[in-house]
Order: sequence, then structure tokens, then C-alpha cells
Amino acid sequence: MEQTSRHGFPAFVKDVIVWNVTGGFGLQLYRLLLILGMGVGIYAYSFQARYGLSVTGMGDIVSWGLYISNFTFLVGVAAAAVMLILPAYIFHDPDFHRVVIIGEGVAVGALVMCLSFIMVDLGGPLQAWHLIPGIGQFNFPSSILAWDVVVLNGYLLLNGLVPLYILYNHYHGRKADERKYRPFVFLSIFWAFSIHMVTAFLYQGLPARPFWNNPLMGPRFLASAFAAGPALITLALAIIHHVTGYAIDRKIFQKLRLIIVVSAIINLIMLFSEIFKEFYFRTHHSISAAYLFFGLDGHNSLVPWIWTSIMGNIIATLILAFNPGKDNPKVLLPASGLLFIAIWMEKGIGLIVPGLIPSPLGEIVDYLPTWVELCVTLGVFSLGLTVVTWLIRAALIIEDKYEKSSQ
Amino acid sequence: MIKPKKDDEAAELEISPSAHNSRRNFLKGLSIAAAACSASLVTGCLPDVKAESGEKFALQWKEYFKKHYRLMTQQEKEETVARLERLAKLQSGLDLQISTRAPRENVLYGYAFNITRCEGFMECVAACVKENNLDRKTKTQYIRVFEMKPGQLDPSTGDGKYFHEVPVDNKFYMATQCFHCENAPCTKACPTKATWREPDGIVVVDYDWCIGCRYCQAACPYFGRRFNWGKPSIPKEEVNRKQHYLGNRIRPMGKMEKCTFCIQRTREGKLPACVEACPTGSRVFGNLLDPDSEIRFVLKNKKVFRMKEDLGTDPKFWYFID
Repeated sequence: MEQTSRHGFPAFVKDVIVWNVTGGFGLQLYRLLLILGMGVGIYAYSFQARYGLSVTGMGDIVSWGLYISNFTFLVGVAAAAVMLILPAYIFHDPDFHRVVIIGEGVAVGALVMCLSFIMVDLGGPLQAWHLIPGIGQFNFPSSILAWDVVVLNGYLLLNGLVPLYILYNHYHGRKADERKYRPFVFLSIFWAFSIHMVTAFLYQGLPARPFWNNPLMGPRFLASAFAAGPALITLALAIIHHVTGYAIDRKIFQKLRLIIVVSAIINLIMLFSEIFKEFYFRTHHSISAAYLFFGLDGHNSLVPWIWTSIMGNIIATLILAFNPGKDNPKVLLPASGLLFIAIWMEKGIGLIVPGLIPSPLGEIVDYLPTWVELCVTLGVFSLGLTVVTWLIRAALIIEDKYEKSSQ
Repeated sequence: MIKPKKDDEAAELEISPSAHNSRRNFLKGLSIAAAACSASLVTGCLPDVKAESGEKFALQWKEYFKKHYRLMTQQEKEETVARLERLAKLQSGLDLQISTRAPRENVLYGYAFNITRCEGFMECVAACVKENNLDRKTKTQYIRVFEMKPGQLDPSTGDGKYFHEVPVDNKFYMATQCFHCENAPCTKACPTKATWREPDGIVVVDYDWCIGCRYCQAACPYFGRRFNWGKPSIPKEEVNRKQHYLGNRIRPMGKMEKCTFCIQRTREGKLPACVEACPTGSRVFGNLLDPDSEIRFVLKNKKVFRMKEDLGTDPKFWYFID
């Protein structure tokens, strides 16, 4: 690939596209699978477009389900990029500087998934323009959902434009001017915290739902995100290390492990604090937690789900904390994967669904996603993975060449 | 797993004429066709299907880009109502009268419910379903009636699914609906200002402005809101044609709806359908600003309470005991 001699934005865009449609057999197969996943999602969504959300498992009592659960969790994954940005740009950690672009790629992919999950959850997606200030009616600052629209799109912009600026310069063999992008990096650090706090406030601000109306919600969102996000990035880095020529230093995995362990332990402490509050002296407000952990009146579909998640959480945290493999990837990677899945289970379905059960009038129903919801979710995940793959592949090729040319 | 079944397709038609009525509809259709033919003879052109679907498309196009109800001038309100009425005519042959009647001066609506008198007949529910064009397929109802054991006052401890002869000895009945809170959590939550509290105290939804995110439903502490998960279906002959833009007009799919104190009736000076239907006189409705109203009498002379007073939502709906 000799294209580095080319100049200008059209050449940059063209090269990014070329890199992302060419590649070996494995890469093409992987792309085919992603396209297949998106196709399944579009097919399933066509049912939703025709028959409305009645083809989902949701109803007037459990009015948010799998989509909003995944949205909530993925906001955390997006926010977690800050755990790479902070050491890389602020503390000038050279190890993190090499991988920060990957973290930003993951963040952009996660945000695309977040916004897609919101779109597929809307009853009137064609009316979404009513949200755009100027042509629509934006209920800001009263509605926390309006805040969320602002912070999510702002974070997407920040995490898209800063890497774009750096990569565009490196593509042309120039050094990116740090004075120009540094203020935006600072902004994006504060912004990362804000997307997560605001998303937590979405739930925390509802006195109608005692399970959510809890001041620990925001901080716990952050702790679980800073565990799950770096866990995912660990896995992504391991994959990149194995399938591309872009070598990742071992030290990065060690540092990431530390970040994960600290966050996971804080997360578990807060979880314990919540469980204590709900069950030491049971009140009327503990009823959703009782449904989640023990079931109510024979309705117990979430009980095995949440206990699996908690067990996974504890086991993964212990493994990562005591590090029995001495940073052996064969121990580290499965533990990171387990932690990621456990937090996804707990902070997705395990957080959203029980908040709505029982209804404010005390009625208990169980929620099970339908095949439409599962397939649309698969489609959105495929879309997110596609975005991440595109961004990271382009970034790594540019960075690799830039490193070689500047040596 | 929910598979869209065949009968879903039938339900996709917003208005489904029932079988026993088809002959009458046929004759009616025939007379309309005859009228249309004679009209076309007069004007010298044949009514073709294309022109009609073109008109429908033009109307829907204009409807799609219309403004938020509260930002419309009176003329714009009249225009959208004309479009909606024409669309209903084209799509289902219904002659609707959609009102945009503004709130009355010096009126603040309030509601009181007598838990001593109510015997759980659910006449109010039936009247509400009919009056407000609620979806028959999913059996949507704004009003829920709970059968309660003595010693309890929270509907969440009662039975909302009772199905037996009423009244039952040693039980009492408590109904819920939207309480039209003064400090409503739902209106605060809406990201597009598609739901708000009118000057007469009625919390309404602009169905065409709602994006269907359901945040208001999560925010409501009283389970006062209902979502149109599919397209609502109402037998054609049962459609209430006297409608209000913010009230009982047939909701589009994917939008939120709720009790509006029968805005289409109350703004005309009538009582809500539930109040009129109640055989025991348990329901009291009126103007809180009128010192001589029945609702003011109840608030002054009876022992009243409200649900979840601790949340500070300030509902305009009181329960009372004789």
C-alpha cells in the first residue's frame, strides 16, 4: 500500500474505504458475518415498522426492555474510553498513547449503538426530528432525556473529530498540533463523566420508581463502566495484537488490569451497599429489588439472571485482583470477558426491567424479549462492530505508517 | 415469541367493520358511489382512485410537517383539523368532528372519588372505553378499579383483576386514572414538550408531536399513561365521532395517550363520561375555582386524601369517605 503519497481529504476518505473493503479471507468472512447480522436486524425491524412495538415483549407495565437496557450499558462502554484518554493525553503515558485511538474507536462504535438503540425503541422514529432544536421543540433543561440527547451527540462529535484531526495529519505525514486538539481532549474527559451521570439521572430522577430513585445510581454507573469498558478494550487489544501487525505492549494490559480491578471493587462495594439498604429493613420501596433477587408471587424470571451475573462479577473481580496467572493472557482475557458479560447482564436487563416491576399500582408481570427484539439487537451490535472495525483498521494502518516514516 | 398472525392484518385496518353490518355498509357505499357518480357527471370528470390517493398523500405530507399544537395559530389549528377530518373520510369513510376548543376562563377541573359508595360495577370503565375510542384489541382502559380489603388504602394491595359479581361483602372499591397533577412528573420528563398541563388543569398529549419514547410512562407514579403498541382498532360503528384534537381522536400507532377528563365533553360544559355513567354517584367532577361547585363542597365537608401525597405531585384527584 503506497498511497501515503496522496494528499487531500478525498484521497483520505478513499483510502479509508479501500482499506475497509480489502483484506484477507478471514477479514472478509468476518465482514460478511457482520453484514448478515445487520441484514437480520433490518428484517426483524421491518416487522416493528409495520406492526409497531406490539411485536416486542414490552407492554404498558414493562415499557422499556432489551433496547433501553443495552443502551444504558453501552453508554458506559462509551464513557470508559476516558480511562485511556486520561493517562494518554494528560499524564503523557507513552504506552497509552499508542492505544488511545483504539479506545476512541470503541467509544464511537458504542455511541452509534446507543443512538441506534434509542431509534429502534421509539414508537415514532419518523418524528425524531421533533427533538432537533430550532425545527422541533426541545424540552431543555427540564427533561433529562433532552440532556442525554445533547451529551451523547456531543460526546460522539468529540470522540469522532479529535481522532479524525490527528489521523488526518498523520495520514499526510505531519505531526498533529497538540495545542489545537488539547482543549477538546480536556473537554471530552469531562464530557465522558457527564454522559454517564446524565444517563444515570434519567432513571435516578424518577420518584415514581423507588428502585431507580437512588443517589448511588450515578456513581455506580461510573464504577461499573470503568470496569466493563476497559475489560472490553483489553479484549479488543488482544484481538488486534493477534490478528494485525500492530504490536501491543504487555505493560498496557497490566495497567488496564489495575484500572479494571479498582473499578470492579468499588462497583461491588456499592452493589453490597444497595443490597443492604433494600433488605436490612424491607420497606414498600424494596419490592422491585425483592422481585429481582428473589421473585414475587411466582414471578421470578430475573432471579437466575441476576445471580449468574453477581457470581460472574465476583469471580472475575477476584481473578483480576489476585492475578493467579501473573498476567498470563490465558487467565486475564477470559476473566475480562466474564466481567464484561456479568456487568452487561446486571447493568442492562438487571437494572432496567425490575425498575418497572411491579407497576406503580402493584401489578407484577414478567418480561421476555421476542425474536424481533433479539434480532434487532443483533443487528445493532453488528452495526456497532462494523463501525469499530472500520475506524480501528483505518487508524492502525495510518498510525503504523506514520510511526515507520517518523523513525 | 410473537409472530404477526393473520388477524393482525385485519387489525391493521384502523377501523374494522363488523360482519353483521356489512350489508348496511354495502348499501351505504352504494349510495355514496351513486352520489359520487352524479357529482362527476355534473363536473364532467370521473373520480379516479389515483386522484384520491394523491390527495391522501398530499394531506399526509402536510400533516407530517405540521407544528406543535401549542405553536399553531387558530387558523393553522383549523387547517390541521380539516386535514385530519378529510383523511378519516378517505381512509375509513368516517365523518368526524374534531374540535380545538380552548380552555374555559376561570376553570380548574378537579375530581373526587367516593370510596364508600363505589360498588365496583365498572360502568365507568365501559363508558370511558366507548367515549374515548380506546383500543379494543389490547383492551386499553384509562380507569382501573381495584377491589380492596378493609384496612388498606393503597390500590397496589388490592385486586385489579377481579371478575365476579359485585359488590362483595366486606370489600370496597377504589378506582384510579390519570390524576392530572399540578406538579406532573410526566410533563417534566417529555423531551419534546409533547405533553403539558392546560390552563384548566388537564394534562394532555399532542399525539402527532409525541415521538413514542415512553419516558413519561416511566415517570408517572400512578400508572396513568397508556401506549399504542400497535395500531388501535375500534369497530367502525362504535367510533365516537365527536372528538377533540387533544382528546379522544383516534391515536396513531406508537404514541402515548391518557385520560383527558374527557376534554371533548368537559370543555363543552358536560361531565366526563365516567361521572355520567356511574350508577352509584361515587364520582364528583367540577370547577375548583367555583366556590358553589359540588367538588368544593366535597373538599370542604368530607374527609379527603390523595394517593402518594409524599411525592409532592399535587394531583387534582381526591378520594373521600362518606
